[in-house]
Amino acid sequence: MDSVSIVAMASIITAGICMGIGAIGPALGQGRAVQGALNSIAQQPDERNSLTRTLFVGLAMIESIAIYCFVIAMILVFANPFWAYVIKKAGG
Amino acid sequence: MEIVAIDQISPDQVILFAWGFVTINATIAYTWFIMGLLVVGSLVITKDLSSERTLSRWQNLLEVIVGTIRSEVGEIAKDGVDTYFPFIATLFLFILFSNLFTFIPGYVAPTSSLTTTSALAVVVFFAVPIYGISKNGLLHYLKEYIQPTFIFFPFHVMGEFSRTLALAVRLFGNIMSHEKVIAILLAVTPLFFPVVMQALGLLIGLIQAYIFAILAMVYIASATQTHEETEHKNKKETEPVKI
Repeated sequence: MDSVSIVAMASIITAGICMGIGAIGPALGQGRAVQGALNSIAQQPDERNSLTRTLFVGLAMIESIAIYCFVIAMILVFANPFWAYVIKKAGG
Repeated sequence: MEIVAIDQISPDQVILFAWGFVTINATIAYTWFIMGLLVVGSLVITKDLSSERTLSRWQNLLEVIVGTIRSEVGEIAKDGVDTYFPFIATLFLFILFSNLFTFIPGYVAPTSSLTTTSALAVVVFFAVPIYGISKNGLLHYLKEYIQPTFIFFPFHVMGEFSRTLALAVRLFGNIMSHEKVIAILLAVTPLFFPVVMQALGLLIGLIQAYIFAILAMVYIASATQTHEETEHKNKKETEPVKI
């Protein structure tokens, strides 16, 4: 197998693994956050507005971890920085 | 019509117009479109405002939008709402409109490019110390960095940068991922599912604009609140005495 196909294979497999494993943690975290917020809203419906706002901010914070994984996966698939290097090496 | 091809990650790569060393890509063009729409729209609507019993429907719309944003900002900022309101509302409206127009064919959200979102995040990055210093003074603002002890100084500085990065990448990742999902669905199962995802995209765009504005407001509030907190504490201690 030449180096170009090794880089292509490694990029695609790593992108999938990165997204798959990277989604586990944020999914669990968001589930817990929503559960806590729903419990609180059920106990104190009057505080719904401030709870919802805090929940959204917290969810955005948790979600950004999954978004980092996603961006790295997208970079590996669509804008891989190693492509140019490998193709230049193979061509030259 | 998709003007960003499926293997392109950002609308920066779509060149609409090139003349000499001036190149206009899709991001710049649509940013100008949104800016022009917002500026011209507000100018036209606010040209003849009325305080009578009858008001134009556009003024009514604008009053609802401005009032809602103002009350949201007021709940976090507590006092000095009008200092932060123009900045936060501008961020919110720009991101909201650039996200919502994605249902127009041929339009690409400028927020799906990392350059736009980093520019917005850098604006927030500079706005936080500006508001903090103008509220509490330079010394008080710098003292926040060595709370509770001076060991925490590098962590505070790191936090400033990492939250700016997170702000930029979060907005970019959400909008860009949504466009890619639609493009992939369009290739796999055309006609029905892309429409459902587009409808979901309106919700995602609204939530992301809300989160960006709220986070900017929370960061500014955390830089300006120190002075109030001590006052608040004093007030709380005296309250039981009064009763």
